[in-house]
Amino acid sequence: MSSLELRGITVRYGRFTAVQDVDLLVPEGTVTGLVGGSGSGKSTLGKAVVGLAPRTAGRVLVAGRETDRRRGRGPVQLVFQNPYASLDPRMGIGAAVAEALPGPAAPRSRPFRGTPARARRAARDAEVARYLELVGIDPSRAALTPDALSGGQRQRVALARALAARPAVLIADEITSALDVSVQGAVLNLLRRLQRELGFAMLFISHNLAVVRYLSDQVAVLDGGRLVECGPTDRVLRRPAHPTTRTLLSCVPTLAPTEDAS
Amino acid sequence: MSQETRSPQARPREAGTAPRHRRAHTLRTPVGVTALTGCLLVALVAVLGPVLLGTRAARIDTDAINQASSAAHLLGTDNLGRDIAARVVVATRLTLELTLLATAIGTVGGLLLGVAPAVLGRRAGRLITATVGVLVAFPGLLFLLFLATVFGVGSTGAVWAVGLAMVPPTARLVQNLTASVAGADYVAAARILGVGRCRLVVRHLLPNIAEPSVLYATQAAGGILVAFSGLSFLGLGVQPPQYDWGRLLNEQLNRIYVNPVAALAPGLAVVLTGLMFGLVGEALAQAGGRRAPRPRPAAPRRAVTPAREAAADTVPDAADGSLVQVRDLRVTFPGGRHAVRGISLGIGAGEAVGLVGESGSGKSLSALALADLVPHPGRTGARTLRFDGHDLRADPRLGTSLAMVFQDPMAALNPALRVGRQLAEVAEVHLGATRAQAAARAADRLGAVRIPAPERRARQRPHEYSGGMRQRAVIAMGLMGQPKLIIADEPTTALDVAVQQQVLDLLAEVRADSGAALLLISHDLAVVAQVCERVLVMYAGLIVEDLPVTELARGAAHPYTRALVGAVPTMTTDPGTPLATIPGRPPEPGEDGGGCSFAPRCDRARERCHAAAPELAGFGTGRRVACWYPVGTTAGASAVTTSPEGETAS
Amino acid sequence: MAAAAPRPLRLLRAAVRSPWCGFALRRTWRLVVSLAALVTAAFAMIHLIPGDPVRAALGTTADPALVAARRHALGLDQPLLHQYGDFVGHLLQGRLGDSIGAQMPVSQIIATRLPATLEIAVPAFWLILLLAIPVGMTAAVLTKDGRRRRGELAFTTVTGVLGAVPEFLLAVGLVAAFAVALPVFPVASQSGPASYVLPVLALTVVPAATLSRIVRVETLRVLGEDYMRTARAKRLPARLRYLRHALPNLLTSSLTLGGLLFSSLLAGTVLVEHVFAWPGLGTTIVQAITEKDYPLVQGVVLVYGTAALLITFAVDVAVAVADPQSTVRGS
Repeated sequence: MSSLELRGITVRYGRFTAVQDVDLLVPEGTVTGLVGGSGSGKSTLGKAVVGLAPRTAGRVLVAGRETDRRRGRGPVQLVFQNPYASLDPRMGIGAAVAEALPGPAAPRSRPFRGTPARARRAARDAEVARYLELVGIDPSRAALTPDALSGGQRQRVALARALAARPAVLIADEITSALDVSVQGAVLNLLRRLQRELGFAMLFISHNLAVVRYLSDQVAVLDGGRLVECGPTDRVLRRPAHPTTRTLLSCVPTLAPTEDAS
Repeated sequence: MSQETRSPQARPREAGTAPRHRRAHTLRTPVGVTALTGCLLVALVAVLGPVLLGTRAARIDTDAINQASSAAHLLGTDNLGRDIAARVVVATRLTLELTLLATAIGTVGGLLLGVAPAVLGRRAGRLITATVGVLVAFPGLLFLLFLATVFGVGSTGAVWAVGLAMVPPTARLVQNLTASVAGADYVAAARILGVGRCRLVVRHLLPNIAEPSVLYATQAAGGILVAFSGLSFLGLGVQPPQYDWGRLLNEQLNRIYVNPVAALAPGLAVVLTGLMFGLVGEALAQAGGRRAPRPRPAAPRRAVTPAREAAADTVPDAADGSLVQVRDLRVTFPGGRHAVRGISLGIGAGEAVGLVGESGSGKSLSALALADLVPHPGRTGARTLRFDGHDLRADPRLGTSLAMVFQDPMAALNPALRVGRQLAEVAEVHLGATRAQAAARAADRLGAVRIPAPERRARQRPHEYSGGMRQRAVIAMGLMGQPKLIIADEPTTALDVAVQQQVLDLLAEVRADSGAALLLISHDLAVVAQVCERVLVMYAGLIVEDLPVTELARGAAHPYTRALVGAVPTMTTDPGTPLATIPGRPPEPGEDGGGCSFAPRCDRARERCHAAAPELAGFGTGRRVACWYPVGTTAGASAVTTSPEGETAS
Repeated sequence: MAAAAPRPLRLLRAAVRSPWCGFALRRTWRLVVSLAALVTAAFAMIHLIPGDPVRAALGTTADPALVAARRHALGLDQPLLHQYGDFVGHLLQGRLGDSIGAQMPVSQIIATRLPATLEIAVPAFWLILLLAIPVGMTAAVLTKDGRRRRGELAFTTVTGVLGAVPEFLLAVGLVAAFAVALPVFPVASQSGPASYVLPVLALTVVPAATLSRIVRVETLRVLGEDYMRTARAKRLPARLRYLRHALPNLLTSSLTLGGLLFSSLLAGTVLVEHVFAWPGLGTTIVQAITEKDYPLVQGVVLVYGTAALLITFAVDVAVAVADPQSTVRGS
């Protein structure tokens, strides 16, 4: 597995600069939390890394090598915020995961006959089943379309699809903010467990400082498209150096107001 | 509508409405049956008509020129003595052939032009989009006349003219559909996975636009039939000796005095066939689930069991001075779905109460029921529903003593009216203020919620406000009178973290200034903990715990409350331990096993929990809990389950 | 002087950046492009016709000398680009060439025929608005939240059937009913106020039915919006809720959707005029097409096309003024 390095990433839409000259290193096998208010450019930065937002300048390096901007399966995968929009409503969840698997085109959902491709197809189905099981979805439900699943289950499938592409780096863009409270914990647990087991580097984008603190080794703070602070989680949250970080910290509501010292 | 009230529909679709099943079901609906019968009938006439009546329709009889309708000639004869009824029947085939041909030209052309921008490069795509944009601005008939001039008078020219005239609107529709699908997250996900452009179109784009496109083509066929008939009617389409319905109409129009049926019959044929195409489209739309067939009449509504009635009396009646007194409040939807299943609560004057729960727990509906705003077809029922000394069921008019703040400030203000006007009308309607007085008060109130330059801002429309400012304006709207209770339904969920804090501060401040009580509904425990003094936790339509906010972090007695607290990391959660999870899912409204609704997900549940539902009963001073074995009473009861995986697929 | 200059410049720049200016520029640009496309298409039409248009118009037996002379008169013997330049140049001076058949300037023919068309199109336009908006809104209010299922079914069936009937068939039906069976109104031609009733009605009924369906759906959508719930929470009387809060919002969206209806109304006059032998532009163009009088067709197409573009433009501007939010959001 490998690290993710961003060098001088800039994203401009016409006159508006969404992300300005961001340098960031996500070391191998660790999690970097990316926080900021709405409009700070954190989601745009995530999209720019995978090529969904146009990079005006800058380079993305995975394991020290520049990523190929041309077509093809990238080494960086992204899990979207809204699990109700990120799965094709007309495609079975098994097929969605299969599409992500490296190798030739996914099998059609036709019953097997003694075709030569049968063995390959079986191997592929086994892979799909493995990834679904990895995220806690019963593989026998692979033929279902997303509308038969709950929000939490959809987000698990989206995670399985991203992992099936064997990414070196995973970007999680607010993946729990569309989920219910009790489901959030389960998805966060799963993500943490998988990250530790598989050891990929992860850029975890969230507006929720507490969630970022729980998952990340390192925290980066964006404001107005610029990286204003970056450092080990403990240091940044205990001794914030930048006013934006301090503001964000002061805005975190806590369960027990009396505990809040600052 | 808040997420809460929408949730019953948003549940995973049941197996019974799978596509194939729905298709079969649609065929049995009146629309489906009519469409199918109509199709068969028209096809039969088109095939057999010329075979059976062809000679009769062509026979020239100089002895029977221009006759009126008679037994021999049902619709009379034309100027060569030919039988008009037979000619109308025979013309079916040519009319349909030309219509379908033109529809095919239009659909194929439209699809090609519509999908092209997604497949071709950006520049070529833009050019096509712009060209189509210019072409659709012209009315179809003008386009048609233009093409008819170019192609010349006759059926071949007319087919091309009618077909090509259909291309721009079809292309526009397909472009819009494609653009909406191409912008979807799942297409973005496929792009990141390196799925090629052609595969993207075949696997993701086409399947998702096929259905509306087919639907549109069917309905457009009706329009093409009419357009073709119109062209022939003007004498620009089919030329003699050929004839379609439009041509027949053209020939008979001059004799409308003498023999009106002869002119009306081909017209009627056009209208009926056009309607048939429309019906087929309607049936296809239903089969595709875009317009679901009306649900069958709801199953016999379950009698509302008075099981909880006895219990309601044990609820400590809120002190006499309390502002809101609710006993056994229920919100029911047709089909026996009980979204709120009998809750009792009291809110003291000036008290701040939080109502917490997940989506589907009934928290928003409870709040809407208090304000008499439950959306149709929901029904509210209660044994006691008193606000400020009035019985709300007898007199639901709350006037200005109740203020509501909704979740989405972007949608809660009317985009067409100035903000000041929307505030002022409260004073005009309820306080009898003049227009000037009301406007002055509106500006004053906007200032009170710290909106800078309130006079100028009052003259602006909501879209000129930021999200946080709109929420302030909504709060200001509630302050036009002297509110005794402010109900805030997820007031900060749609807002940025920093803005959330400002709005929460404002709510606390407003409460301190006006002395109003506050009912704050939220899914976020931390938000509630910040503003409120007391917290009510709802699960599956019931209040399961009522506790002071100081106990929330550590002293919650209900396992569900403890799980909620443990499921969300806070700034003090140990990153080394897994978060608490709640296995399974909440019960659907109406799904009631008779026991505690949380029992199937609770690791403390025993036999008694599955057999009988616990009542919300007193638990220490000022606390209530609905649990047979509350945490903290049984020795050795640990905190909540911390099984690594909750919510697994069952 | 130098110090004073930046201020107006700044104001100008601010104005250019405002969404309003951007909107005005975009819409005007679109109108100009569309007009240019229309003019080019009208010019190209005569060249797209297979074969020799003049010979087609005069017949195969016509004297070759006459054909050559007419070709010269139309300028068809000039190089194409030169012809285009002449065409646009003459157009800007209001000259549309001479009709082949009538030997009259096309502009003169249009000037005599256009008023008759407007006399039925303009009243029809107002009638459509006056009928469709109250009817659609009332239907929506009566059938909201799935109430009165039968009434809803009746409304959708009646308006659906009426909307499916093409104007010219409705016109024929009206003639059969009110001129032949019950001779209340004259069958055809323009003569006195009574002769206007059937043509206007024939133009009104179909678009009014379609628009009232649109208005109903839009009203239902607006009634489900959060701000209508806010209005209910404010305990406003029903009259204020519907007229002050719902009406402006549904008007803008209905007009956006119904905008195309009005430009097609103009085209609908062609068929309706044909039925009633109305001496308007519609009968002129049909005649011209059959008689292959291409300069006349060109002229009428230009008039219809320009009118359609202006109507679309006007609807866009009206919607933008009424609902600035959609302008800022929209393309």
